[in-house]
Amino acid sequence: MQEEKVFYSEPQPIRAGESVKAGSRHCWQSTLPAKIENASETYSLSIMSKRKAKDAPLPVGECISQVQDILRKRLCHQQLPDTPEGVEAQHKHLLELLKRTAVHGESNSVLIVGPRGSGKTMTDDRIALQEMTRQLHLENVVGDKVFGSFAENLSFLLEALKKGDRSSSRPSAQAPVAVVGVTCRLDVLELLEKRVKSRFSHRQIHLLSNPTFSQYLERVQTQLSLLDDFPDETFAQDWNASVKTLCEDKSVEDALERHYNSSKNFRSNHMLLMLCLSRVSVAKPVIKPADLLEASRMCLIDAQANMLHGLSILELCLIIAMKHLNDVYEGEPFNLQMVHNEFKKFLQRKSNSMYNFEQPVIMKAFEHLQQLEMIRPVDSSSVKTQREYQLMRLMLDNTQVMEALQKYPQCPTDVKQWAMSAYG
Amino acid sequence: MMSALLQQPGYEEERLQTVSKKLPCREVQAGMLLSLMATPVRYPSIFIYGHQSSGKSHVLNVLLKELELPHATVSCVECVSVALLFEQVLLSFFGCDAASLLPRSPSLSDFVRIYRQQSSQSPAKQTRYIVEDNVTVILLSEIVWDRFRPNTGCFEPLLLHFPDYSKGELQHILAQDRNPSYSDEFYSAYINILLGVFYSVCRDLRELRHLAALNFSKFCEPLAEGKVKETDTHKLWRNIEPHLKKAMQTVYLREVSSLQWEQMQQMEEKENGAVRGLSAHTHVELPYYSKFLLIAAYLASFNPARTDKRFFVKHHGKIKKTNFLKKNEKTSNHLLGPKPFPLDRLLAIFYSVVDSRVAPTASIFSQISSLVTLQLLTQVSHGDQIDAPKYKCAVSMDFICAISRTVNFEMIKYLYDFLTYQA
Repeated sequence: MQEEKVFYSEPQPIRAGESVKAGSRHCWQSTLPAKIENASETYSLSIMSKRKAKDAPLPVGECISQVQDILRKRLCHQQLPDTPEGVEAQHKHLLELLKRTAVHGESNSVLIVGPRGSGKTMTDDRIALQEMTRQLHLENVVGDKVFGSFAENLSFLLEALKKGDRSSSRPSAQAPVAVVGVTCRLDVLELLEKRVKSRFSHRQIHLLSNPTFSQYLERVQTQLSLLDDFPDETFAQDWNASVKTLCEDKSVEDALERHYNSSKNFRSNHMLLMLCLSRVSVAKPVIKPADLLEASRMCLIDAQANMLHGLSILELCLIIAMKHLNDVYEGEPFNLQMVHNEFKKFLQRKSNSMYNFEQPVIMKAFEHLQQLEMIRPVDSSSVKTQREYQLMRLMLDNTQVMEALQKYPQCPTDVKQWAMSAYG
Repeated sequence: MMSALLQQPGYEEERLQTVSKKLPCREVQAGMLLSLMATPVRYPSIFIYGHQSSGKSHVLNVLLKELELPHATVSCVECVSVALLFEQVLLSFFGCDAASLLPRSPSLSDFVRIYRQQSSQSPAKQTRYIVEDNVTVILLSEIVWDRFRPNTGCFEPLLLHFPDYSKGELQHILAQDRNPSYSDEFYSAYINILLGVFYSVCRDLRELRHLAALNFSKFCEPLAEGKVKETDTHKLWRNIEPHLKKAMQTVYLREVSSLQWEQMQQMEEKENGAVRGLSAHTHVELPYYSKFLLIAAYLASFNPARTDKRFFVKHHGKIKKTNFLKKNEKTSNHLLGPKPFPLDRLLAIFYSVVDSRVAPTASIFSQISSLVTLQLLTQVSHGDQIDAPKYKCAVSMDFICAISRTVNFEMIKYLYDFLTYQA
């Protein structure tokens, strides 16, 4: 997200002038993703802008909805802070570069590299060009001309820009263009073609923000606190105080440290805070440590374990049989016959007719597991072999299975023991 | 009972109550969703996962409908191409005018452009939702998020889990659609018995509901005849239990259609399962040589090649017992599945099992290839079609035994797996 922050805070005229080098798709990502991302985000309209007199205390319900509004806007990336935090040097660098393009008419290219943040869609050149035309407001100039090649089209666009009525607003020496590429891949340069690579200025800005834990904690606090312009001052003070005590709580700190250790990404942080925030209501107008712990539990929980919890006992038995087969044959793939055989061995030993299911019933359970992608066929040619002989692999590991077994409601003891025993 | 979890400012009490009535045992999840959707600003995407029929789409649909939020529901199975997907979304938001604006093969940027254009023309007061079994985009799935993440990463959605219904909850929900002519306790006793039989196999609410509706008339039968009173659960249980067990082998597997099952229940004398199910119709009428070809293919698939001499050559001389039955080959071939074999081996075995002399005519070879098209054999190697193709036999043991019986061939005697010591 930080890349975009830098991007948005740029002065307007420069943004409009950005363009693309032929063939280098990566540079492209600067224009499109911003568009796409915004559109997929919620489209909100009713923004509460009722500014009441600052000193009049508002009813609690009103305050809460205001808080929700402000904080959610912050967390869902609708509202970005005016200045980027933690990346001041990079920000300055980019600003300088873009200034040079705008004022002096230099052509520059720069690549902003950082961990996951933006630029998911790689569209093809034709669409890219259309989009550029649209953004430069040149649809009427282009009309329905047909261009022989991409380069021809691009040069036409630039030419149109030069002599266009708005050309006075931009330097027109040799169509100065700043190409700002935004990517999350560290190996972008390896992906560029050799000729493109040689034309690229090899100027990279790395946005590897690496906050310490105390910085991280501070950021959580600032994210949650209210600013001075909140209408009800006393409520804002109370709220900020409660956030402060929240962040000083030992258990909260531990939970946040767990998150910090698993990812320093601000997005995952936002997700956590968003979950906390959704638990704030009129009846409970503050975030309690318990809320944050619950939200953290929701974030960190293993989804696969959740799914295992909902399996029927027969399906669980099949998974245990697969686990044993994996142990015995060291991860070799298996088929339904082998699993059934293993299960039968268990039944014989226990002489328990409770689970004496017929083959088709077992097949149905097996197929359900495949549908949940807990098992996967080794080769995808499903037509060629019979269903019971298709080789499969278990997509769970032993600890997941054992943990699920511990948490399984009313798990029969003999099944548990069977799972514990080392070799079937 | 109005759950406190479902309270949210901005919505009328009454509406929330109707919502909570429609969503039994799902208050926590509905409350969570509602609180996430409460304000005009919300998280860009939510990913909901949970088992089949754990009420994912139901909860969402009820919430969106009852609270009258603008939304588009799209099933990703129906939309085989992105064009269809875009069209459906635009159609349900803005009507057909907008949908016709899409170019022939729309790209994502086209869609976004039109969407923005339209939404500025007809501004909505609230967030629009796109539900897709996939603008908050809500995604519903049975498969966990980890399996969906593209390898370059993407914007992480908010993950929500819909847990499975516990046994008590299932009972509660199933007992809601009771028959009005019987008492509450009677029906819940029936549900209890039903769950006792099926719960270890199936936790799918939809399936269980279907089974409950199908078998209820049988359960009431002794009551109608006046043999038993409503309170005599033990007798009722004795009556229904074998019936339900039979249902597991038939209706549950779709062996017998629901209609057939109902007819069977009406004909009392006729034993359940007497109607032959789908899988009983496996008998296929084949020409004489095709039968032997299939038998030969089965033998070639399930016997190791080194045992062929012992089985099919008349005067094979002395073969040591110890050598023949290798002890380390413990896992039976019927466990591992059929092995591929070359055409030559198939023909060799075929000539030795067929008593009369057969000429290798074109009809024999065409029968082999027609067995492949019938999917009784499968061709393994695709590269060299004419030159020495390899095959696998793709029929079950029962099937081949039935075939061999029709031509008086003792299958078991020739199968390595079922060989007992006889030297």
